[in-house]
Amino acid sequence: MSVILNVENWSYTKVNQYLREKILEGETEFELHGVNGHRYLFAGIKQKIKAKILGVPGLDLGCFMSGPEIYVYGNVQDACGNTMEEGKIVVYGMAGDVIGYSMRGGKIFIKGDVGYRVGIHMKAYQDKHPVIIIGGKTGDFLGEYMAGGTIIVLGLLSQHPEKPITGKFLGTGMHGGVIYIRGELDPFFLGKNLKISPINEEDLTYLKTILTEYCADMDENLESIINDRFSKITPVSHRPYGNLYAY
Amino acid sequence: MWEFIFKDNKDISGCGVSGIINVKGSLIPGDLIIKSITCQEERGNGLGAGFAGYGIYPDFKEFYALHVMAEDKNSLERFERFLFQQVKAIYHEPIPTRKVKTIKNPPIFKRYFVKLELEEQLPTEEEENKLIEMVMYINANLNGVYILSSGKNMGVFKGVGFPEEIAEFFKIDEYQAYIWTAHNRFPTNTPGWWGGAHPFSLLDWSIVHNGEISSYGTNKRYLELFGYKCTLLTDTEVVTYLLDLLIRRHKQPIKLACTALAPPFWMEIERLEEEEKNLLEALRIVYGGALLNGPFAIIFAYNGGIVGLTDRVKLRPLVVAKFEDFYYLASEEAAIRTICPNPELIWYPKAGEPVIIEMPMGTIPNQKSYA
Repeated sequence: MSVILNVENWSYTKVNQYLREKILEGETEFELHGVNGHRYLFAGIKQKIKAKILGVPGLDLGCFMSGPEIYVYGNVQDACGNTMEEGKIVVYGMAGDVIGYSMRGGKIFIKGDVGYRVGIHMKAYQDKHPVIIIGGKTGDFLGEYMAGGTIIVLGLLSQHPEKPITGKFLGTGMHGGVIYIRGELDPFFLGKNLKISPINEEDLTYLKTILTEYCADMDENLESIINDRFSKITPVSHRPYGNLYAY
Repeated sequence: MWEFIFKDNKDISGCGVSGIINVKGSLIPGDLIIKSITCQEERGNGLGAGFAGYGIYPDFKEFYALHVMAEDKNSLERFERFLFQQVKAIYHEPIPTRKVKTIKNPPIFKRYFVKLELEEQLPTEEEENKLIEMVMYINANLNGVYILSSGKNMGVFKGVGFPEEIAEFFKIDEYQAYIWTAHNRFPTNTPGWWGGAHPFSLLDWSIVHNGEISSYGTNKRYLELFGYKCTLLTDTEVVTYLLDLLIRRHKQPIKLACTALAPPFWMEIERLEEEEKNLLEALRIVYGGALLNGPFAIIFAYNGGIVGLTDRVKLRPLVVAKFEDFYYLASEEAAIRTICPNPELIWYPKAGEPVIIEMPMGTIPNQKSYA
């Protein structure tokens, strides 16, 4: 049975304390109503719990967490999934800036547009492989300083139909990981020391697997997405800036 | 009392901003802007907050409303002797305040509704230039006194404290306005002091800002060429004067002025059609001294409109929403939803692209249009 809670008149401190207590008592399912700007929800939680959030959670939703699955019926603000290690955040709305900041594992699925610097400093290590899938379009600096993991941009549903699918300076400083963009990408938007290539069989298999999960969560049609062309963006080498500082 | 602050010359901050406009000119109770800015309480640290309201003085709408902050009675008396030689004050009174436990030793606040005493009728623009000259002179030369706002039918209320404390102190809940802006400050580079809180204002311009203007020195020197003196020691002050210079005096439409403040990169200009390319090249060259470097999200307002703008690489957040005749701007979406749970539209403006909301002409007295 879920713990159902209306937090409209609660401070974020009180909400987080209450959630932590309930999680320690062994509760595994939560439904939060009246959420509006409550910060740090589920921060650092390690238990495998499930939560539904109705409203707009505040900054740093799920930061440092390694376990929870969070479904947000609304938009998320900046720094959602900051340094998260494991678990999943599904957002049935839009997202602000620096989503998945320094993320090192787990998944973030966004239905609509995202802001600037999404996936900045993402990294992968051993079995940890963070993934961000964006249903809409992105602002500038997507995957800035990215060191590992995967970002996929679909451009299906956007508030900015007239804008290109990604912003400028895409992958600036990127030295690991992969960014997949549905459709063609004008190299103007690309950061330095990156290459655009068509996807291969291995990429397609991976995209099919991960997009199947995304489409199930978002109620999208996989067939119509997977049959489109994808551009793959990777760094030219794993140390593209090595000679800049040491030679 | 304020001597200690003059050692520093800029401020770096991460703050919260909010703004509301009713484009039909209906009055919005102060409670709403208080609720919106206090929803972003975490963005400030108690060292500054403030509000600007438009349409708050309908009985004195034809007079410049001077909001004055004084260190002590002597400074205020000295100021009044000077002021009454310059202008005709139809009415003046202390700005009503409440005692707030956490606010210790506040300065003295008074408001003056004034008309310039001129030998002949001047065009509005020249009259406004004369008023600005006087405000600049007072702020730079009279010790212990600052004019914090000087527009018609508007006023700025600001000080050191959290937004709810400053709102309580100045009785913001007792005012109604068709445009409100508010600020919650988190200064990190200069001591928070009453004059350094936001909004900053000159004539009917008012501005609240989250971020840091790294180009403060360049902008300040550029503005000095046009007679503006920066006296309040917070970086945001330069933006107020740049708006006055570019929009009111140089007659740039707001969008172009915002482009001068947050211009596209040269690599973007390179890709434009010849005509636009020439315009932007000229703008960047002529108004190089007006370029704002560093992270910012600003909301500025004037008698007739409200504008939101972020820096060109979007280092600070801004959200905009619309519901019926209302438009809302804030640092966080939650700050809008707390007073407007189900907006018709909600969007994050793109970096460097201004969101300009103006009332249709003829909506309010002494209305201005710059769109």
